[in-house]
Parts: sequence; structure tokens; C-alpha cells
Amino acid sequence: MIVAEAKPFAEVAGMIGGCRRLLVVACAGCTAVCGVGGVRQAGELAAALRIHFRLKGLELETEVTGVTRQCEPEFVGELAEAVARCGAVLSFGCGVGVQFVADRFAGVPVFPALNTRFAGGFTVSGAWEERCRLCGDCQLHLTGGICPLTRCAKGILNGPCGGVQDGRCEVGWDVPCAWMLIHERLAALGRTELLRPIRPPRNWAHTSAGPRRQGVSTDDSGK
Amino acid sequence: MNPEPRIIGFCCYTCAYAAADLAGSMRVTYDPAITIVAIPCTGAVEPGVVLAAFEEGADGVFIAGCLDGECHYKSGNLRAKERVRALCAVLEKLGLETARLEMFQVSAAMATRFRDKATAFAARIRALPPSPVRRREGRGE
Repeated sequence: MIVAEAKPFAEVAGMIGGCRRLLVVACAGCTAVCGVGGVRQAGELAAALRIHFRLKGLELETEVTGVTRQCEPEFVGELAEAVARCGAVLSFGCGVGVQFVADRFAGVPVFPALNTRFAGGFTVSGAWEERCRLCGDCQLHLTGGICPLTRCAKGILNGPCGGVQDGRCEVGWDVPCAWMLIHERLAALGRTELLRPIRPPRNWAHTSAGPRRQGVSTDDSGK
Repeated sequence: MNPEPRIIGFCCYTCAYAAADLAGSMRVTYDPAITIVAIPCTGAVEPGVVLAAFEEGADGVFIAGCLDGECHYKSGNLRAKERVRALCAVLEKLGLETARLEMFQVSAAMATRFRDKATAFAARIRALPPSPVRRREGRGE
């Protein structure tokens, strides 16, 4: 899941400063699950923005709506009539969603209401943790399902390093050492032999070839 | 000073609303500027509803719920407390006084406590100027 957080109110208010009619679009996907991008949060921010503008002697009209996922053109297309009515969009999608909305309605300013943080999941209620760096070369079968690239501060492939103490990482003693977790997990699985080979440096080329894509595209529509 | 404030009180049906009702039965009076809205639980008060009250010109809003540990839905009042804290932060960002929003807790039998809390809140709102949201809207009747 993509994890996002709300932008500071002042930043959002500043970016939509010149708008008088705004379509506020929630996303029922990841950002809604994060508790920052659903219809409820969109409605709350819309109300706060209306009050903010009124206190400045201006009037802002808002229309709040939502789509199933802003990262799919079919769902984004459902917004066409509302976008035509409003002329500007405040998106509660992740960075992907904002771009899909902006691509679909290229003649309309599209503003992000959220900061997109990382791919992760919630560990306890209300707290999310990064679990995947989207590196494109998954090695989890070798590490007991624990990603050292994401969860080790150094992202090393042969660990632990000397910075571990009592199973904790030197960067923050509340952070468990990913490589200690990997050792424990593989020991429980009876697969510690996976730790014997020295892993070569990672090939980071997968992550530096422009926007990453999955699947085979036969046309240029993805450009 | 605001001699004719508009105050909205979202009152949990199982405690504060019953306490307000009991106050009426006991002929215990509280500030007539308060308009009470019955709700099933304070945990059901969406932040957007509170913001809408301010947007529509309320000078003050209070949310009155059950005592800690006595919520009929177990933790609705605790959630409401967290929401009020978050809403106060929103009011601050908007430049509105956080004193315009409060949550207090009573049981269904605490008519006089309801009176005391509601009256104190109303006095505080009366001491503040009318809500700038209302004033600039030209509805300061």
C-alpha cells in the first residue's frame, strides 16, 4: 500500500490561492486506508479551506467527490463532468493519482493535498511502516520474507553490521536490526544455510531507468 | 463581547442529552443561546460536522459525552476527545480561537454539572467577539 500524509494546511491553502471553485477528489484506495485521503478527510479539508477563504474576505466554492482509485484512467474519467464545472482539482490521491488526474485533465490545474511517503503497511493501528523500496529485484526468498534494503538502515545484503546491539540498530535504539530479524526468522525456518553465500553488490540499474513499468505495453499510450 | 451568541451543543443521547433533559425537569436553567443537537454517541460526531457548524455561523460548539469508561459504545467518548483535540488544531490554523470548541463529560444524572459546564462555556463565548466567519458573511444579526 502507498502510504501518504496530509500536507500542511497553509501549503494547500497557498497553492489553491487563486481558485474560486475547486473540485476536491478523494481516493478510496491506499490513501483512504491511510486515513488521509478518503471522502471524509476531503470534506474536512474542503470545509477548512472555505472558512479560511471567507476569513480573508473571499469565497471558495468546493465540490467534494471521490473515485475508487485515482491511479486508473477509467475511474479518473468519471470526474470529467465535475472537473468541467469546477476548473481546478485538489487531489487526495498519492503522487501517482495526482499525475493520472493531471494527465486526464491537462487543461486544468491539479493540486496535491498529500505528501506521498512510501510503500508500507500498518504495524499498529494508526502507524505505518515502510516495507518495500520498490527496487524491482525482490530477494525476499533469501531473507525469510524480511527486506534488508528497506528495513536495514544501511540496506546491506550481508548483515548484520557492527552497529547492532541487543538486536537493535545504532541509528535508533527503537529500531530492530533487520539482519537480526532475518537471522532469527531463517533459524526458525531451519534455513540458515541461505546466509552462507556472500551476496554480491546489488544491481541498482533496475531503479534508475526512468519511470518503472510492469507488464508489456504494445502501444505508446503509457508515455 | 457577544451579547447574542450562537452556541451548538452536540450531546450524546444516553448521557448529556438526558442530563440536559433532566435539568429541564428540575427547572435548572442554562444559557438560552445554546442549541442542543442530540446524537447517538459523541464518537459519531464527524469533524466535518463541527466545521460545518462554524461555517454556518456558530460562535461556539461544545460536545458533551459520557464519563470515561461509561460510553455505551465503549470508546466513542475517547475518540471524540481526540477529534476535539485535532479540531482545535484546525481552528488554530484557521485563526479562530480554540476556546470556541470544548468537550466535557457528564452522566445522565448530572443535570447541575451539565448546567455548570454549559453555562461556563456560554459565558466564555459571550466574552469573545462574534465569530469572524459569521461576521464577514454579513449574518451578524
